[in-house]
Amino acid sequence: MSRAALPFHPRAAYREESLSRILGNCGLMGICHQSGKRVSGELILRGMASMHDRGNGLGGGFAGYGIYPELPQFYCFHLLFNDSLAKKDTECYLRKNFRVVMDEPIPTKPVKGIENEPILWRYFLDPAPERLAETQLSEEDYVVHAVMDINAYIDGAFVASSGKNMGAFKGVGFPEEVGEFYRLDEYKGWTWIGHGRFPTNTPGWWGGAHPFVLLDCSVVHNGEISSYGINRRYLEMFGYRCTLQTDTEVVAYLFDLLLRRHKLPIELACKVLAAPFWKDIDLMSEDERSLLAALRMVYGSAMLNGPFAVVLGTRDGMVALNDRIKLRPLVAARKGDAIYVASEESAIREICAKPDESWMPAAGEPVIALVSDKGREKAIARAHQTAGQRRVAQSAALGRPS
Amino acid sequence: MATRTLIPPEFRVLIDENACLQCRRCVGQCGWGVYSWDTTRNRPSPDHSKCGACHRCVTFCPGQAITITRNKLAFKANDNWAEQVMKAIWKQAETGGVLLTGMGNDKPYLRIFDHLLLDACQVTNPSIDPLREPMELRTYLGRKPDSVEVVAGSFESGGPFRLATELDTQLRLETPIMFAGMSYGSVSLNAHKALAMAAQELGTFMNTGEGGLHSDLEPYKDHIIVQCASGRFGVDASYLQSGAAVEIKIGQGAKPGIGGHLPGEKIDQQVSLTRMIPQGTDALSPAPHHDIYSIEDLRQLIYAIKEATGYKPVSVKIACVHNVAAIASGVVRAGADIIYLDGFRGGTGASPVIIRDHVGIPIEIAVAVVDQRLRDEGIRNRVSLIAAGGIRSAADVIKAIALGADACAIGTAALVALGCHVCQRCHTGSCSWGICTQRPDLTRRLDPEWGASQLTNLVKAWTHEMAEVLGALGVNAIESLRGNRERLRGLDLDENLLGILGVKPAGVA
Repeated sequence: MSRAALPFHPRAAYREESLSRILGNCGLMGICHQSGKRVSGELILRGMASMHDRGNGLGGGFAGYGIYPELPQFYCFHLLFNDSLAKKDTECYLRKNFRVVMDEPIPTKPVKGIENEPILWRYFLDPAPERLAETQLSEEDYVVHAVMDINAYIDGAFVASSGKNMGAFKGVGFPEEVGEFYRLDEYKGWTWIGHGRFPTNTPGWWGGAHPFVLLDCSVVHNGEISSYGINRRYLEMFGYRCTLQTDTEVVAYLFDLLLRRHKLPIELACKVLAAPFWKDIDLMSEDERSLLAALRMVYGSAMLNGPFAVVLGTRDGMVALNDRIKLRPLVAARKGDAIYVASEESAIREICAKPDESWMPAAGEPVIALVSDKGREKAIARAHQTAGQRRVAQSAALGRPS
Repeated sequence: MATRTLIPPEFRVLIDENACLQCRRCVGQCGWGVYSWDTTRNRPSPDHSKCGACHRCVTFCPGQAITITRNKLAFKANDNWAEQVMKAIWKQAETGGVLLTGMGNDKPYLRIFDHLLLDACQVTNPSIDPLREPMELRTYLGRKPDSVEVVAGSFESGGPFRLATELDTQLRLETPIMFAGMSYGSVSLNAHKALAMAAQELGTFMNTGEGGLHSDLEPYKDHIIVQCASGRFGVDASYLQSGAAVEIKIGQGAKPGIGGHLPGEKIDQQVSLTRMIPQGTDALSPAPHHDIYSIEDLRQLIYAIKEATGYKPVSVKIACVHNVAAIASGVVRAGADIIYLDGFRGGTGASPVIIRDHVGIPIEIAVAVVDQRLRDEGIRNRVSLIAAGGIRSAADVIKAIALGADACAIGTAALVALGCHVCQRCHTGSCSWGICTQRPDLTRRLDPEWGASQLTNLVKAWTHEMAEVLGALGVNAIESLRGNRERLRGLDLDENLLGILGVKPAGVA
């Protein structure tokens, strides 16, 4: 049977407008080398494997940053296609709106437990200048619109990630199976986040696995966003279309709104999403009180309520955050320049036996790990020196036509 | 025949002669003059036709000797020509006038609140115990920007960032329940005092209605919204400046499109002083504001008031009519900071029956369509929505908030807490409970301190109940439920209505 004939999700059930939300209770993990040192995806794969029992095999996924040092200036779209028709439609859309610098299948290998995979393809893109000028949008907004268009309007096509020098690798299966399937050990990145799902009310589908990504923002999430209804309606006011029927999607869009569009510092974005209690705000110094009170008043509809632990990957690093009363587990550790976060400390110890310190972040207190610009530049330069081993680099060197 | 009315009494007053202590208290308590004293039998003698079932006598009879029953006259069964229909015809045939009434619409229209069900957590998501965890109901009303700008802070400022956006003045409510506008003149000064004291105690707001602000209420002004209505009664610069916010009343849910009429009998010396009109004259508020014939006129008044008050929040109260969403959108763009939506079940001190019972739309629908319209236009942050008009319980409040309201206002429910039995005779000025009257013998019955404690208890009880619901929903702040229609389901509502409400039917995940 050809791969194209296998649907990667029963569309009628999932594409129906918002009727089914996928709730999740899961395991998650994040690694960030603040120096910009790139480490193999095999590490996070091992960490996630140790939390096997937190998932039920219905979804696993990863995002890596710094994994495409050969083409860091282009948006890399990871696409999941139901069939070749969806691929054709999407490519038609992409070629109309972007310059396709390069495209290729995402390398995979057969793994027991992974079946019914969709067509997996990646595209390195540059917005078409004349189209961009026509829309009068910022380059990033233009890309966001494209992602929303594809996810909402092209049947059977799903953008898994859309950032620069990063990518998401996700599917149905246990995370260690998904990671092996995508040959994660062949990538190196300075930030990795990973996730294993335990969906409770619907079977998993490839697009529904974590992480959820928009531009450079990727989110893995354990928990349930009880405020989803209003978060979604709030985001819709700003032009986001929530098409994935999962509450995690709103977390990714909220970070995008707060960080990129409203230019809030990451610390404050976290204070919006896991807002401090009024009783604590009332006791703060005047300046701090007026700031945090304003954030709550203005961004009340963006507050995430309900049990959650999330790990956010961005071009600048990684942030882990718990809900305001810590209803989901989250542990952090540091070893040298590396910050680790995970649902269970055992996952961290699996790949870093003796951290310099480990701690339990308090409710609503973010763990922020930032990769220095210099570190990233150095890492990219180093990668260029050792170029040639990766398929992407080879293809680029061959100058494949777009 | 010519001297007799065709209208039979609605109620019968029954007195248990064995229990009657002959204390004559019923004679004194009834403001409507139902009772006279039969000196020959040494018993109270009721005139049934004057009884409206307000239960003042029942409550205060020390022998518990009084019962009020419906006057169960049999009429020839007829679904079309029911008893109420004939009574209305007889009344108009005898008087030639418009039928008047008090309180809100009492017709059996669909009560949408009673067809909305709330969600709760099970297994995948822990519910939160409001007795052990903080549960936040604090609400700020007023215009908010779309985003917040920050600049680098300093060590002295206590953090790495400092707020750079200046926010408009907000009204802070410790619970999203406030008191609806009811004027001094229609209700008694003691009722106003009770509302003001309770608002201060609760950390919320009372609303003067269109009757001005009596000087006795000065100490509570930080918890008072002053209203500016079409009659401009009691309005001058100091009045506007004395409130925490100003409300421009365009319309009222019980009587959209018409003005008000406070009869001269209710205008005593104090009311006359407060309203700034001569004693004994009828206080007629025009149907429209005669300086607001269009939306741009409203804008002028909003900004005139803002200039006069140093930019206090301005609320605009509108009755929920068919085009309420577009009207609300215009009102936001005209500069209002708060929109007070008054649904067709809203109460009144006096209204023509035909208007009260047949004009307007339910608050549930109005909140849903206004909230959605403002979101579609991307201006929801610019305004806060108050839902009012038939809010009966904490359940109604929480459902209105889930549909999209920021807060609710209660009028009738507050009066019921003060003893009102919704006998619908507010317009007669003889309220035996001392609420909706200016007769000194009646108004002195309402002790403001007692009234304030009744109101405080009621709102605190509702607040506790709302905290319980939030906990069951697994959220610990009211803003996570506001507009979160995902946590509501409709039962027995048709598809059209569900679509308008933005609510899924029960049974759909």
